[in-house]
Amino acid sequence: MTTVIRELGDEQRELVLNMGPHHPSTHGVLRFVLHTDGEVMRKAVPEIGYLHRGLEKIAESTTYPGYVPYTDRVNYLEAMFANEAFSKAIESLSDIEVPERAQYLRAIAGELNRIASHNITIGCITMDLGAITPFVHLLRERETINDLIEALCGQRVTHHYVRIGGVAYDADDNWLKQVEKFLNHFEAIIEELDNLIVYNEILVKRMADVAVITADDAVGFGLVGPNLRASGVDWDLRRDMPYGIYPKLDFDVPIGAGEKGTVGDCFDRFVVRVRELKQSCRIIRQCINNIPDGDIIGNVSRKIKPPKGEVYSCVEGARGELGVYVVSDGTEKPYRVKWRSGSFSAMSIIEHISEGLMIADLVAVIATLDVIAPETDR
Amino acid sequence: MDAMVEQGPEGSFVLGKVDDLLNLARKNSLWYMLFGTACCAIELMQTGGPRSDADRFGMVFRATPRQSDTLILAGTITYKMASRIRLLYEQMAEPKYVIAMGSCANTGGLFQESYAVVNGGDLFLPVDVYIPGCPPRSESLIEGLMLIQQKIEKEPWLKKAWTNTKNPKDPQIEGLL
Repeated sequence: MTTVIRELGDEQRELVLNMGPHHPSTHGVLRFVLHTDGEVMRKAVPEIGYLHRGLEKIAESTTYPGYVPYTDRVNYLEAMFANEAFSKAIESLSDIEVPERAQYLRAIAGELNRIASHNITIGCITMDLGAITPFVHLLRERETINDLIEALCGQRVTHHYVRIGGVAYDADDNWLKQVEKFLNHFEAIIEELDNLIVYNEILVKRMADVAVITADDAVGFGLVGPNLRASGVDWDLRRDMPYGIYPKLDFDVPIGAGEKGTVGDCFDRFVVRVRELKQSCRIIRQCINNIPDGDIIGNVSRKIKPPKGEVYSCVEGARGELGVYVVSDGTEKPYRVKWRSGSFSAMSIIEHISEGLMIADLVAVIATLDVIAPETDR
Repeated sequence: MDAMVEQGPEGSFVLGKVDDLLNLARKNSLWYMLFGTACCAIELMQTGGPRSDADRFGMVFRATPRQSDTLILAGTITYKMASRIRLLYEQMAEPKYVIAMGSCANTGGLFQESYAVVNGGDLFLPVDVYIPGCPPRSESLIEGLMLIQQKIEKEPWLKKAWTNTKNPKDPQIEGLL
């Protein structure tokens, strides 16, 4: 679509601009049609589907264990959580017990993945607003996490580590020591991050009081995860609908407090993610100290045939609730699989909050809502 | 470069074909487009990052097709996106090269069965280098870019630029784009 000037009647006109699907700050292949009056937007209408790969339809023609690698691609920044959500669904359908060591390993791998994902998000926010250095710093840290996860399961991006009934590979003591070493290093980096960029005057001015989402709106549009918590709603699946090993762990849930402006503005969404890094480090430390010996995968047969029934299972991913709804008809293949992801609802709120924003602020909104294409399009 | 340097009585001088000099310059400023469709985009990002550091080969990412020499098909290509990628490719200035990065861009990969996915970037673009992997490591991508450099080195560019450079491969899925 090309740029057009649309007549609205009464000598009113608006400029219709096209942003995406190829745009350096749209985080993948997102597209927005902007209705603007000069520099100010009347609304930004998102258009999705540029990365629709038919993940839900493919599920109907693969077996249950065969679908786990596909879940990696539901969101390539948080593959562990999608693996875990799907595995958890099948475990609860067919009553598979997960050994405790496997649950600890899931938590460690998951939180490492959360840190890696937030590294990209925080880096992208700062890069979209004009600061490239923090992005490079955080990519450096992400490489170390990639190394650790590669040592654990042999993959850097699409992990396929969490399997139905447990995890794929065991971690040795040396690996756990390396993780601890990384945490010692990374906690210093978080403080460096605070000094380097979080309270940077330009960044604060670009984000404070911009695109405020009230708690009612956030709940109404179904926002989840850090986006919801930034609006002041205290909700974290790890604490409020506990699963796996999380009830035994002690951690805080950072909530948006309107540090530099209003509760629920872009800065809150940014700073909640920075605070979550520290909590993830805390969780991993507790897991390393308490991890028991034992099996890493439960009693799972090669052919998994869950009984007839349906189940919804969700985990707290880096972008909030990542849920999967599975219907089984008693055969080896799922009857229906449906994904519920945080980015999809975050995408839907953009049209609502974009009214009256500057075009440049839209970039801050997309970046802080952490919208990512594969999760919206599946 | 070393092969072109000759020793004279009053110092060294460079003697070579114009093609060689042009290719030397082109080879060492291979700019790629910052464009990723799916998972491979993360590895593409990390290739430009501090560890792999593609900058040391003169490979810098550019955000616009008009300034870039190489289009990296990073990730799954859906039918909806394929027409847009074709548009991006047509906006790039000659000489231009295409890298198919990862299984999806090579053959459709994991998503071959899907109703929405193009089974390979070579169905609508002339691909120069295929990189296997799901996703390929950043080292593989650098190797792919270096293969493009080798290709540039051998190209009789001056001759090619004056003849009519037509697209060697017409899109095979024209009706769907």
